[in-house]
Amino acid sequence: MGSHDSHTRRLPGLFGSPDTSSFTEFLAGYAPELLPGRRVLPASSAGEEIPHGTTIVAVTFPGGVVMAGDRRATAGHMIAQRDVEKVFRADEFSAIAVAGTAGIGMELVRLFQVELEHYEKRESRPLSMEGKANRLATMIRGNLGLAMQGLAVVPLFAGYDEERDEGRIFSYDPAGGRYEEREFHSIGSGSVFARGALKKLYRADLSAEDAATVCVQALYDAADDDSATGGPDLARRIFPVVATVTADGYRRLGEDEVGALAQAVVEARFESPGGPTAPLR
Amino acid sequence: MPFYVSPEQQMKDKADYARKGIARGRSVVVLQYDDGILFVADNPSRALHKISEIYDRIAFAAVGKYNEFENLRLGGVRYADINGYQYDRRDVTARGLANVYAQSLGTIFTETNKPYEVELVVAEVGEDAASDQIYRLTFDGSVADEHGYVAMGGQADAVAQALKDRFREGMGLAEALLAGVRSLEAQDSDRRLEATSLEVAVLDRNREHRLFKRLPAARIEALLREAESGSAGAPSEGDESGDGGSESS
Repeated sequence: MGSHDSHTRRLPGLFGSPDTSSFTEFLAGYAPELLPGRRVLPASSAGEEIPHGTTIVAVTFPGGVVMAGDRRATAGHMIAQRDVEKVFRADEFSAIAVAGTAGIGMELVRLFQVELEHYEKRESRPLSMEGKANRLATMIRGNLGLAMQGLAVVPLFAGYDEERDEGRIFSYDPAGGRYEEREFHSIGSGSVFARGALKKLYRADLSAEDAATVCVQALYDAADDDSATGGPDLARRIFPVVATVTADGYRRLGEDEVGALAQAVVEARFESPGGPTAPLR
Repeated sequence: MPFYVSPEQQMKDKADYARKGIARGRSVVVLQYDDGILFVADNPSRALHKISEIYDRIAFAAVGKYNEFENLRLGGVRYADINGYQYDRRDVTARGLANVYAQSLGTIFTETNKPYEVELVVAEVGEDAASDQIYRLTFDGSVADEHGYVAMGGQADAVAQALKDRFREGMGLAEALLAGVRSLEAQDSDRRLEATSLEVAVLDRNREHRLFKRLPAARIEALLREAESGSAGAPSEGDESGDGGSESS
């Protein structure tokens, strides 16, 4: 009888107030211990033994956006995992990737995915692109306490805006600042090197496939100069995760597709280790 | 002078009240077809849905009072999302959801003066037709495990009878839709339902990820036309029951 009672007693939580279509807000009342920002913080900072995710890049092209991430997670100087995945489908028309503390990043991604779907099901319409980006900023802000303790998470959010018929990219800072990026962006430890490559390789008229190549090139350059970013692993056939978002929705490129792209990029580097060169004038 | 009302009488009064409320509304049918589960509602509103997505493989259909079943739907979405978030997406089941609804409806029926005037179907599409699950819940919290088809709402008996004559296991989508629509027309002798006055959705086991999909009016029209031309051998639609098993594609 006890379990029966506790079960029915929980029902008002499910069926009554708070009358919100936000899953996070609902959780805050119903089971606050499930939210990353609501936990009691440790007294000391977390140090570097906890795995961190590294470099993410995104590039827009006419009619969509490509997002890609390397596969390395590091714990201090050690490679914690060589095939970790950091780029995810957020919903039908958007993708999210995380850099920073891996565990909290994955939790945030899962929460964000449910957040978008929950709103869509309750309201019978998806959130607007800005609505999704703002919602993510609020969730990052809730993690500020953890960020101050050394457990910062920074996401990159990209998607296809149905109203504008174009790909859009949003970046964030650990305090929840939200910034719309033009053309391309990169985050994570190798982002400075990746951004240099993106700047030289980006063109306004890229095809989806060329945009994917630009991403793989940029990740190669990041891995070239940043020890925490993993390059394509031809021996184990571990390649970056590459996903496109267009009017047809989210699509993660298959192992074969990315494998062929990565193989071509690596082979070209035998000829020219610095990668494609931009014209001087 | 206080009146004594026996518990039997109280329950009977509440049940009669709920039944009357439900009988005033239009009907909904839920039936299995070869690729999944089909939901058809006699509902001209584009905004107020009687059929909704709950989770990857689970959908919800309801008749009765809108604010009451909408409250149940919203709670169901919460139940599914919180369980999928805490455990895994595979751990959200129609059976679990039906139990939550049964508890809730049962409590409301016995402990409040006014019972909910609603009837629900919670359906989950499986890997094949044999593993599809359809649960029907009534206003007092009773649960029935249904196979093949369900009709509920006003004139549910007449609709169910019409559906019984037309339903056949392993029907294609077009054929199943036609069977559902013709059965709903049995609510009144002169009822004729157009694509725009129907709300139709499927749980299609061949889709990926989220299997629920609404069918727009144009698609409904095309499917009905296809089914009608497909069964051209049957000249009149009135008394010809769909038992012609020879018409298989």
